[in-house]
Amino acid sequence: MTKNMTQEQVILALTAVMFVVFALTLPGFLSANNLIALLRSVAVLGMLGVAMVIVVIGRGIDLSLVANMAISTAWTLSLVQNGYSVSVALALGFGLAVAVGLFIGVFVAYSDMLPLFATLAVGTFVYGFGRFQLIPVDVVPLPANFGWLGDLGSATVVGIPVSILATALLGLIIFLFLRYTKPGQFIYAIGDNPRAASIAGVPVRKVQVLQYAAAGAIAFLAGLITALTVSSMSTRVVNSTLIYDVILVVVVGGVGLSGGRGNVRNVFVGTLLIGTLQNGMTILDFQYTTQNVMKSLLLLSAIIADSIVNPRDEQTDQQGDI
Amino acid sequence: MRLTTLVLAATMSLAGLQLSFGQSNGAVDPQGMSYDLMKGKTVAYLPEAMGLDVTEVWGAYVKNSAEHLGMKFEIRDPNWNVDAGVQALTALIADHPDVLVVHNPDLNSYARLQKKAVAAGIYVIQLNTGSVVTTDGFVGTDFVSQGELGANLVVKACGAGTSGKVSIVQGPLTDAASSYMMRGIDSVFGKHPEIKVVSNQDAGWDANKARAITETVLLQSPDLCGIIGFWDGMDVGTAAAVNQAGKTGKVFLVTGGGGAQISCDNVGKGAYSAYVKSDARVQGRDMVDLMQMLLQSKQKAGTMNATLYTPLQVITKENNKTGICWNIDDAKTQAQ
Repeated sequence: MTKNMTQEQVILALTAVMFVVFALTLPGFLSANNLIALLRSVAVLGMLGVAMVIVVIGRGIDLSLVANMAISTAWTLSLVQNGYSVSVALALGFGLAVAVGLFIGVFVAYSDMLPLFATLAVGTFVYGFGRFQLIPVDVVPLPANFGWLGDLGSATVVGIPVSILATALLGLIIFLFLRYTKPGQFIYAIGDNPRAASIAGVPVRKVQVLQYAAAGAIAFLAGLITALTVSSMSTRVVNSTLIYDVILVVVVGGVGLSGGRGNVRNVFVGTLLIGTLQNGMTILDFQYTTQNVMKSLLLLSAIIADSIVNPRDEQTDQQGDI
Repeated sequence: MRLTTLVLAATMSLAGLQLSFGQSNGAVDPQGMSYDLMKGKTVAYLPEAMGLDVTEVWGAYVKNSAEHLGMKFEIRDPNWNVDAGVQALTALIADHPDVLVVHNPDLNSYARLQKKAVAAGIYVIQLNTGSVVTTDGFVGTDFVSQGELGANLVVKACGAGTSGKVSIVQGPLTDAASSYMMRGIDSVFGKHPEIKVVSNQDAGWDANKARAITETVLLQSPDLCGIIGFWDGMDVGTAAAVNQAGKTGKVFLVTGGGGAQISCDNVGKGAYSAYVKSDARVQGRDMVDLMQMLLQSKQKAGTMNATLYTPLQVITKENNKTGICWNIDDAKTQAQ
């Protein structure tokens, strides 16, 4: 290895190796339907990863994403159940998700709270408040009168499920936003060095608020897709390891938690790795607990591989890296 | 003297009738029991989490009955957090209620504390998921029977002329419900070599995971004949995967639960081929009865060891009539 591979390339190579091994050894793995199933099973994870990456590039983190997703979507469903029209319920749910994002953004940007603690606290608050004030039960079923949206969960466009298309489209939009728009570039500048960005005239606080609001909006979209595909929204997902999986696909794909680096592509590479691994193990009939062990072992080896090909030194080490 | 006995009994029951009339007129209950023995006593309810259809219904039964009997009612909601549950249970033992109604998160976590509660003189009733410790009573589903019932239905649906391939979508392996159901399924499938279990996975009571697992299983075994799901709350995801594959009605899907209306609706839609109901309303009533019995018995906590299994009812399209399942608000209002 003359030229060092980036972490993204290491993960991509690992995914490719795994993919080839599964394709050769598991009958049916390569079928178009299975590949679609593979993608569909990680579509929501990828979408949340995209929300997370917007925040992480700007040197933040959002631990409230899953709580925000679950509560805003579950509230929307229960509003429809209680007789609100679908459009009003959607608007209210979306409004709640964005409001939570704005709230966090203001906390982080204007009162200089650490994002780690601010989002942890707000996430817990949103879940608690939602469960006791907005939603009567812990799994809210998709109401029968959800209209054409209700059918969207199982709908396909040229054979590809809507959830995959939505994730791909969102990824493309955010990729273009981060790379080619002014606010997008500002996010990188803030992630690189907030002080320098501020001196250079970047409206740091406003951009930070925008980041969290955008993450909240995407969380609602991810929740809606979840609800449409499994015909219900379980608020218990907040207590699961989903939020760590989201951070995982972001970090493992090569986006530094210290900010300023990475793009949507990294998230999708990380998501593909998890998707391929999970799909293969399900075909092999591995137990869930075994799957978790395998997943963590693979991630550990990815990190070790990266630290071997990219050893840390004073130049690559960044201040603030977690 | 048979006749004398009969006459005596008749006189007594007449007297009893008179007494019960007397009571409704405000006269003193001469047996000196029932209400007086329960009035002012405290019952504490510790579910795994509120907000779940069944825990809400059970809670309504405890609460309404406590009010009706002049008892104090307390509730602690650990919201799926086992540590919080252990803390709540410890605090409750210190508060010393007269009756503790506990819904175990698994076989072991609360076991020692339940022993301690009984030793402290508190009647302990375990709800639906038992621990390894026996206490004054258990009210809930016989999960071994539920497993056998589901397995037998699948054996019937996947006999000769089918692939005999079956997938099992279960809950966490440490969970009492999951391990007992698996025992029931194994005992039935052991006698039926024509059934091939092509996948047996833990979806962690999560609809999303159940959907993803079932989608993959259906692709690997397109001729899959049956699926046994362990819980209706999770198997909406299993049903969604079957539906996406266009196999609703072609794959026999059996699941079970407390009888929430959404599950009967799913039977109506054909999403579930069969639904094994252990009615949460019956469990609520059983639990309240047991509580009254214990308080009136005046016996030392831990003396009795009653097990009240909930009758299991298989719901299919044929018997899926209005009222067989419950809507949560109605069930809570009607809980007495």
